[in-house]
Amino acid sequence: MYESLKTNRRDFVKKMAALSAMTAAAGMFPGIVFASEQEKGIPANANLDWKKAPCRFCGVGCGVLIGTENGKAIAVKGDPKSPVNKGLCCVKGYHSIMALYGSDRLTHPLVKKNGRYVQTTMDEALDLVASKMKETIAAHGKDSVSIYGSGQWTIPDGYVASKLFKGCIGTNNVEANARLCMATAVTGFLSSFGLDEPMGCYEDIDHADTFVLWGNNMAEMHPVLFSRLLDQRMKRGVKIIDLATRTTRTSMAADKSIIFNPQTDLAIANAICYEIIANGWMNKSFVDEHCRFSKGLTNMGYGLEDNYAFTDKPEGISFEDYKDFLEDYSPEKVSNLTGVSVKDLKYLAAHFGDPNKKVMSLWCMGMNQHSRGTWINNLVYNIHLLTGKISSPGNSPFSLTGQPSACGTVREVGTLTHKLPHGVVANKEHREFAAKIWGVPVENIDPKPTYHTVEMFRALDRGDIRFMWIQVTNPMVTMPKLKRYRDGAKKEGRFIVVSDVYPTPTTDIADVILPSAMWVEREGLYGNSERRTQHFEQMLEPPGEAISDTLQLIEVAKRLGYEKQFGYKEDTHIAEIYNEYRRHHEGKKHNLAPLEVLKSQSGALWPYVDGKETKWRYNSTYDPACSNGKDFHFYGNKDGKAVIWQRPYEPAAEEPDADYPFWLGTGRVVEHWHTGSMTRRIPVLHQSMPHSYVELHPKDADRMQIKTGDKVKLTTRRGEITLPASVNERGVPAPMQVFVPFFDESMLINDITLDSFCPISKEPDYKKCAVKVEKV
Amino acid sequence: MPIKSYLVHPNLGKKQLLHTALSQIEQCEVIPAENENLLILVTETQNKTEEENLQERLSLLKDIKLMALVSGFNTPKTF
Repeated sequence: MYESLKTNRRDFVKKMAALSAMTAAAGMFPGIVFASEQEKGIPANANLDWKKAPCRFCGVGCGVLIGTENGKAIAVKGDPKSPVNKGLCCVKGYHSIMALYGSDRLTHPLVKKNGRYVQTTMDEALDLVASKMKETIAAHGKDSVSIYGSGQWTIPDGYVASKLFKGCIGTNNVEANARLCMATAVTGFLSSFGLDEPMGCYEDIDHADTFVLWGNNMAEMHPVLFSRLLDQRMKRGVKIIDLATRTTRTSMAADKSIIFNPQTDLAIANAICYEIIANGWMNKSFVDEHCRFSKGLTNMGYGLEDNYAFTDKPEGISFEDYKDFLEDYSPEKVSNLTGVSVKDLKYLAAHFGDPNKKVMSLWCMGMNQHSRGTWINNLVYNIHLLTGKISSPGNSPFSLTGQPSACGTVREVGTLTHKLPHGVVANKEHREFAAKIWGVPVENIDPKPTYHTVEMFRALDRGDIRFMWIQVTNPMVTMPKLKRYRDGAKKEGRFIVVSDVYPTPTTDIADVILPSAMWVEREGLYGNSERRTQHFEQMLEPPGEAISDTLQLIEVAKRLGYEKQFGYKEDTHIAEIYNEYRRHHEGKKHNLAPLEVLKSQSGALWPYVDGKETKWRYNSTYDPACSNGKDFHFYGNKDGKAVIWQRPYEPAAEEPDADYPFWLGTGRVVEHWHTGSMTRRIPVLHQSMPHSYVELHPKDADRMQIKTGDKVKLTTRRGEITLPASVNERGVPAPMQVFVPFFDESMLINDITLDSFCPISKEPDYKKCAVKVEKV
Repeated sequence: MPIKSYLVHPNLGKKQLLHTALSQIEQCEVIPAENENLLILVTETQNKTEEENLQERLSLLKDIKLMALVSGFNTPKTF
């Protein structure tokens, strides 16, 4: 057993080494083909039908080619024509098709009867779901039913969910797990620019001179994009600066690794702005022409109590006010707080301040899962705005995503409580526009948002929500302070429907389990981090009675009496839905490419105007929506200007103290995708990373006499968990910090995390709470 | 216990010869590009001495124009 594992892990490392080299090669020679490696394992006499799709896993949106034979996917390779990955994949992508064939795929609906699951037909299961919804609405009102989806929903899935719940039933109880990962990026973009999603695209990587990674372990989480950075370093000598709270593979590959104290990125960003102004590096003409200054409320709290509410109150300020505010953030004043030397703070600022350097900032969960997440997003935009390094090739603040359609479905379709496909529920014109396309009375759409994700699960616990339909996500692994929400979901009088492809801790709480068609077992569309919408056709038949989440929703909608709104034909329903959805985004600011275009190429960036993608928004050279006659136009805001925000440093909701002296942060590993429900069923990935662990700093481990593999108990105010230690292995946290990956459902770290969140975005902070560490 | 990967650029017209030569070294695995003059080399050695011997052997291969290290994994003993 041990020898077998040893061999497999070494093989895996060798494969990783080969993939790294192939990725680097693809950057140097776009379209390069390593046929022997890519087609290894394919039977010699195979007659494969290769079709394109975006990868099933992360938000990078790599193009893959899937080889099918006799109704089965038997090979996968990177699509050389995809401008995203240029023929490469990461280790998860190369094994993606294996996730279709786990031995415990859900194939038939299951209904809980007397505590046991009983197999039933899809028709009967959908009848039951519809009747329970009707019954719940009749007894408790429309806001007692809810749907919780994800950034893995295809665009049609999310669209019909929103149409059914917001347009037909009339409740805004629509949320998605992107609230747990991308909501902060959304509020960051909205508050600074008035419109969501990055202004630039991946092509910025080919132009930038310096890359600043803000708490972003790209080497493990976005390996294909990271390889493009490494390739640019080989070709052009670009600099990669890793600014993080933990030493990772990204730190080791970077030109400079800067470790900072948790939460103090707020002070670091302000220190950079201080230096930019103090050294005369500000692009005054850009700021005068295209920016205004503002401040908001402070001491907002952390959302720890039920029914917490917060609305920011922006107030205009002058440049002089802003400059005075920054006086508290000179490198000398914040060095102690941040743990970063004055020299390194000045080094960082100098990269942004150098007029001859193009700078790209990249971030993901480090900045987004942050109790002041919207603020830190604003502050990074401040740096780019003060220097005018934005919306042009190579100058790009860029928020990366973790799911294949967090952008395409959750952010663009708007599957969040306050959103509509175009605009927000609170806006009368937006409601009228959506109602017209949906064919429903405008009065159906409630102007008041209901529950964001954490509050939705609190409402389920309290009994304000009685029915929840969970599709393609695993909240019973991912919710912070998980025990409360698991216990709440199990209470009497709750009815939970879960649509998924494998059994998970979330299906464990279900009253009805619906088997879903996965990825290329149905037709669909995803939207990736760089505004690229990609189509994939159905290549395989789903197992047993599984059907797509789109069809499940349509069937229930019809049973609820909405035949008119959901009268799509089975053969053409995806095309009909996409064409209907496109109408919400018509116009130069967000036009989506026609389906025929998406079928013929590896997706297209929106806004897609007059047959062309828009690579850099707000820049009149590239963006046809600019209409102010100037070089830049931040048209998301009425005055056409971007906002530079005065946002202070504030501490995290819970910081180490005498009883709980360590910081606890959580995150991901390269082998597993999120909760591991798919990748843990891929043998080579599972064997490479079979279980979770707790990383400690070597000095802490030494002092506590802990070695790798020793059992370590972690205790927070929410509970305790025991995990094996990892010392000086893959990642090394700073002293008095520990890190635990969350992929392992047998070691649920979220049982002890804290459900504090950013008061503006309502996204939880999974990176910071206080913990006691003991050797068992 | 290092595992390393390299991009190997052969001298013009020597790709196949170099592929063959590298494939004969026990510690080497070679993945040739189909449509470019490039080989990927993955090496695996058990200790420092073996690694140094391999490096010396590679340095004697006259058909290598350029060899660039891409990744190195010093795998822990627990692997």
